[in-house]
Amino acid sequence: MGSNMAFPLTGSAGLILAVAFGFLFGLLLERGGLANYNTIVNQFRLKDFTVLKVMLTAIVVGGVGVLVLHHLNLAAYHIKPANMLGVVLGAAIFGVGIVVYGYCPGTGIAAIATGSAHALVGLFGMLAGGVAYALSFPWIDAHVLRVAALGKVRLPEVTGMSDWAWFALLTVAAVLVFVAIERIEPRR
Amino acid sequence: MHRWNPYLVGVGIGVLSWAAFAIADKPIGVTTALSQCSGVVARPIIGSEGVRANAYWARNPPAWDYGTLFLFGIALGSLVAAAASRDLKIEVVPAVWRERFGWSPGGRLLAAFVGGALVMYGARMADGCTSGNGISGSLQLAVTGWTFFITMFITGVATARLMFGRGRPHG
Repeated sequence: MGSNMAFPLTGSAGLILAVAFGFLFGLLLERGGLANYNTIVNQFRLKDFTVLKVMLTAIVVGGVGVLVLHHLNLAAYHIKPANMLGVVLGAAIFGVGIVVYGYCPGTGIAAIATGSAHALVGLFGMLAGGVAYALSFPWIDAHVLRVAALGKVRLPEVTGMSDWAWFALLTVAAVLVFVAIERIEPRR
Repeated sequence: MHRWNPYLVGVGIGVLSWAAFAIADKPIGVTTALSQCSGVVARPIIGSEGVRANAYWARNPPAWDYGTLFLFGIALGSLVAAAASRDLKIEVVPAVWRERFGWSPGGRLLAAFVGGALVMYGARMADGCTSGNGISGSLQLAVTGWTFFITMFITGVATARLMFGRGRPHG
């Protein structure tokens, strides 16, 4: 990976960057109110659309920029293999878990740092879940991950619609969604 | 204290992604590193040899590397942000849970543990969480990213309906 990178950063410089980028991510999550159980759970109760606003904006802004960087040969894509049964089953379990826990992994870690004791208990749960997954991995690998394995595919390849057309469509869709949720979202 | 506008926070995360791709060559992600940490937890249970022999941890060996230091950075950034905006407070039972299930911490802590385990198990099966799949995958127009985002949203809304009911219009 990263063979076409202009300035690949490795070694200790990369590790300092890891802390710096993590710092900015944690800061943005906290200031966005996402290191908060109520914000996350109320998104899934369709009472507070902060999560959707942040995610869709990040996807469109981040995606257009990374596409430009990719064209300039300044960024490599990191596409995960589309093992469709694994992704659908895993995401379905994740959706249940995020509401029961009240955080996703990143926001849970951010919440622990703000003093959320239940987020800390959930971290122990996440570590237990990680152990359970690693122990069951050989079976999952053989029986789940190899079902409907499409490889590292992107929407432009699957649909025949260009990257730019996708982002034009996503931008319009995101704006329409934002207009709609600003109308229906309960005022706080 | 007053939160930042969610659209601006989204722009911030998007721009942070540019830097993460271009400078570090590492998309934003959380659970790969967390599963490395779970390897450390498993050492006393199945032994260091057992962890090394495991097919999953062999791919994601426990280490202080980019991914795990990124998690440390998240905690640090959140701590500084919360401290600077007087947002630090010990919370055991959050408001939304309390309104539905009451003050008792036992149920909340049990749910946090079970929910945390489900989140992690699901994220590993899907090869990424809200960050790695939902944001980083979707912004690359990866099929996994959008499949994950849409699927977890559907089961999340269904779970919230089961746990909290339809609720009143203002909760």
